[in-house]
Amino acid sequence: MKLVRMKSGHGDLLLAEGDPEVAEEEAELIEAFRRQLDQGMWAAVPTQDAGGRREATMVRDFAEVPRDAERVIFFPPAAGG
Amino acid sequence: MSIAAVAILSIVGAGLVAVAFGPDLLALARRRPRGHRRTPTGDPSHHLPDPGRGLRAERRAEQLLREVLGEESYEAYRALGFLCSYGASEGADGIPSYGYLIYPHKPIVSFDVRTGELLSEYCVNFPDRSEPEHGERLPDADDVLAKWMALRGDERGLIDAANMHLPGRQLDPGHVRRDIVRLSEWTGRSTPAPQGRAGSP
Repeated sequence: MKLVRMKSGHGDLLLAEGDPEVAEEEAELIEAFRRQLDQGMWAAVPTQDAGGRREATMVRDFAEVPRDAERVIFFPPAAGG
Repeated sequence: MSIAAVAILSIVGAGLVAVAFGPDLLALARRRPRGHRRTPTGDPSHHLPDPGRGLRAERRAEQLLREVLGEESYEAYRALGFLCSYGASEGADGIPSYGYLIYPHKPIVSFDVRTGELLSEYCVNFPDRSEPEHGERLPDADDVLAKWMALRGDERGLIDAANMHLPGRQLDPGHVRRDIVRLSEWTGRSTPAPQGRAGSP
């Protein structure tokens, strides 16, 4: 699982990467996840069903992230333009 | 003229020059900063702009978009310049009642899928204030992907955060209608149909 963040001037940055089934790596993923939410970031998990349909789920806690998710994408919260 | 006379005249001339311009030369020397260098080497305040940074950021963002939405949607975005996402409500025929055109750094436009009528403009952005030196704008591909994910994951939350206006506030309605036609042509359908609900037109 990869945690990436969208950033101006950079594109996406890799924040953390690990296997959530490995306790030590899961702890690192959780820590990185919480840091982003503490900074006010929104988090989305892209998904794909058996039929190939692409979707995304917004998550607010690491426990909501599917264990087999490939990546979680953080981005700044929306503001009215 | 003897050598001695020439030497005396030179000394007298130098003295006159010193009297005439000495104070100005001294003041000029004092005004000049002691640490002045001809080149900015070693001075951290001299950062040359990196003209390739924005391009590299855009390329990375496009790669992420490609991985998340798939090849077909990526190609559509490259060709059309926008993404499309269809609303959750579906009629008896399975065709969604409305859809969104997602433009980079422009309002999201909702439209009636059956008639092509424009419904609303939603002005929303994702300002990144973490590094002011790089500005607040995400790369274009990141901006459309963030809008797409927010619409798919929390449509109501994104719409609530946006400022809603009637069509035509920022985008030319004629241009948007032509984009809907282009979208239909790209997908090979007379009207944008539910196959594209995942964001692929």
